[in-house]
Amino acid sequence: MAVTLSERAAKHVSNFISKRGKGVGIRLGVRTSGCSGMAYKLEFADEALDEDLVFESHGVKVLVDPKSLPYLDGTELDFVREGLNEGFQFNNPNVKDACGCGESFNV
Amino acid sequence: MALLQISEPGMSTQPHQHRLAVGIDLGTTNSLVATVRNSIAVCLNDETGSAMLPSVVRYLADGSVEIGSRAQAAQTRDPRNTIVSVKRFMGRGVGDVAHVESMPYDFVDAPGMVRLRTVQGTKSPVEISAEILRALRLRADASLGGALTGAVITVPAYFDDAQRQATKDAAELAGLNVLRLLNEPTAAAIAYGLENASEGVYAVYDLGGGTFDISILKLTRGVFEVLSTSGDAALGGDDFDQRLYCWVIDRAHIAPPCDEDVRRLLMKAREAKEVLSRYDEAPIVAKLSSGEQVDLTISRAEFDQITRPLVSKTLAPVRKALRDAELKPEDIKGVVMVGGATRMPQVQRAVGEYFGQEPLTNLDPDKVVALGAAMQANVLAGNRSADDWLLLDVIPLSLGLETMGGLVEKVILRNSTIPVARGQEFTTFKDGQTAMAFHVLQGERELVSDCRSLARFELRGIPPMVAGAARIRVTFQVDADGLLSVSARELSSGVEASVIVKPSYGLSDQEVAEMLKSGFEHASDDMKRRALREQQVEAERLLEATEQALAADGELLDHAATGRIERAVTELARLVKDGSLDELKQAVGSLSRATEDFAAARMNKGIRSALAGQKIDQLEV
Repeated sequence: MAVTLSERAAKHVSNFISKRGKGVGIRLGVRTSGCSGMAYKLEFADEALDEDLVFESHGVKVLVDPKSLPYLDGTELDFVREGLNEGFQFNNPNVKDACGCGESFNV
Repeated sequence: MALLQISEPGMSTQPHQHRLAVGIDLGTTNSLVATVRNSIAVCLNDETGSAMLPSVVRYLADGSVEIGSRAQAAQTRDPRNTIVSVKRFMGRGVGDVAHVESMPYDFVDAPGMVRLRTVQGTKSPVEISAEILRALRLRADASLGGALTGAVITVPAYFDDAQRQATKDAAELAGLNVLRLLNEPTAAAIAYGLENASEGVYAVYDLGGGTFDISILKLTRGVFEVLSTSGDAALGGDDFDQRLYCWVIDRAHIAPPCDEDVRRLLMKAREAKEVLSRYDEAPIVAKLSSGEQVDLTISRAEFDQITRPLVSKTLAPVRKALRDAELKPEDIKGVVMVGGATRMPQVQRAVGEYFGQEPLTNLDPDKVVALGAAMQANVLAGNRSADDWLLLDVIPLSLGLETMGGLVEKVILRNSTIPVARGQEFTTFKDGQTAMAFHVLQGERELVSDCRSLARFELRGIPPMVAGAARIRVTFQVDADGLLSVSARELSSGVEASVIVKPSYGLSDQEVAEMLKSGFEHASDDMKRRALREQQVEAERLLEATEQALAADGELLDHAATGRIERAVTELARLVKDGSLDELKQAVGSLSRATEDFAAARMNKGIRSALAGQKIDQLEV
């Protein structure tokens, strides 16, 4: 079981963390909400909780809470650029269908 | 596919709930748009990777509009339809614009704001600014992959109501929802996180392409107050290029070059200036159209020397701003550098020496205002909890109403934090008065003639009552952008009237500062004039009351008493226009004394008529 970052994503994350000035890594998770069932959570992590599962990817700590992991197992977080827009994208093999915009999904 | 951004811990937004908000620095020379992404404020670049959009708009004969560097490139070719530095015209009449005659534009003196005749018809500065804002909005839409919730737009601290309103109008015309207008120095201070710093006074030194502004800000409990501003509307980085260009002409011993060569050499000068911010010397190599070859090297020391007068020129307004704020350089807790020209080491050194401390330079001085605006926009759009950070501004000049005798009654005092609402009660001056005219004024002086008129309106339908019985509540409301609405309501009948201030355009740059200063200088003078006016109003009221009483109950007086009163009336009437304060006081006193018995007699008569035919035990006491 694992959640990974692409090399590009890792580079951006560590860049953002150093600019922000604090943080041990990023936290990935899912919440039940959104137009298609589940929504991703993507936050800076200031501390690891006891129950967290910690993955290390290209030198960046990725924290996932145990309840989210089944939905995220095998996911790779990527950083993409679309024209002038840029941001993170979840490549999640568990997703059956997503809403048009991809902000929420179903497994 | 929506792209996600990293949120602060616990602040992940619901899907589709992240509100996209931007900060816009609408500059005289360049404009920028910024947003907060992954918790960090960043400027949004255009397709070529450049963050700065030259604030230049060109109207073409085919109906299209060019904005930015393409328009800038056409400036010499098509000067009349290529508008640069439109910010200088915002909210201004022709009379307020300096050096109209030397500008290539075809000005139309429209009421309110100046207009420019172009190949696409007459354009107002609001419309031209809207083109710049629209270009930035489109860039933001494309960069953020969604529709904007709103924008924070920065304006110079000295902008008056008219200029702020014009900026807001331009934004709305560009399809932007304005969350707030923010003072430029305040935005720069926010970008440096000073609102989280300890309380104190900060200076913002803003040397842009063509303008210089210095602002003194006071931070208390997370609120920035603009203590004073000063500057030079015709001093900026371009003047440094010009100095270096003259040096080149001088050293290379070349004849006055043609337009094209001037441009080429100015560009080389600018490049050399930028190189000198990083290295100790810079080459200036150019081949002129005349075939002459320029091949020079300038050292940083030489550049420092030829530009020293320019650097010291900025320090005069700095001293003035400090003097206006009644502060000394050592009272300043931190100095924020804004504007590309502050990259020059000699500027940083001079500012550092003057304030006795290293200025803050670690953020990009071209971007710092836009970044601060973006941080403010992010909070206002609701992406952070509101109690986290609520920034307030203050109004620069007091707002008030004209009262009898041409005096100004201040309703909202300057430096009140906005948004603010204040109410005050006024009453009628004459018996049976059914209407009241309101004159809204801005300024620190005591007399209407010394303040700036903002608006007039009337309240009609006041029920007839004796003078002083009507209660009229006037409410002044200043919204978060510093715009004013005034309403008046008669409390017994509920009749109401109001005005949104469409400010009479046309207060020049320094006038706000001057109005403030003159308020202080004339304080004691004003006090005396106010006292005199008040006495004059009192005298008029007394004359009128006496006249009415004589008409109604004159028969109560014997001949001698009538004569005494009439003499006092004549004396007071003679003095009311140009008597001194003491003379007036005396005359008012003697008329009051002369009418004492008369007043008593009238009172008795009134009581007698009220009591006539009533039994004592039937009276309600």
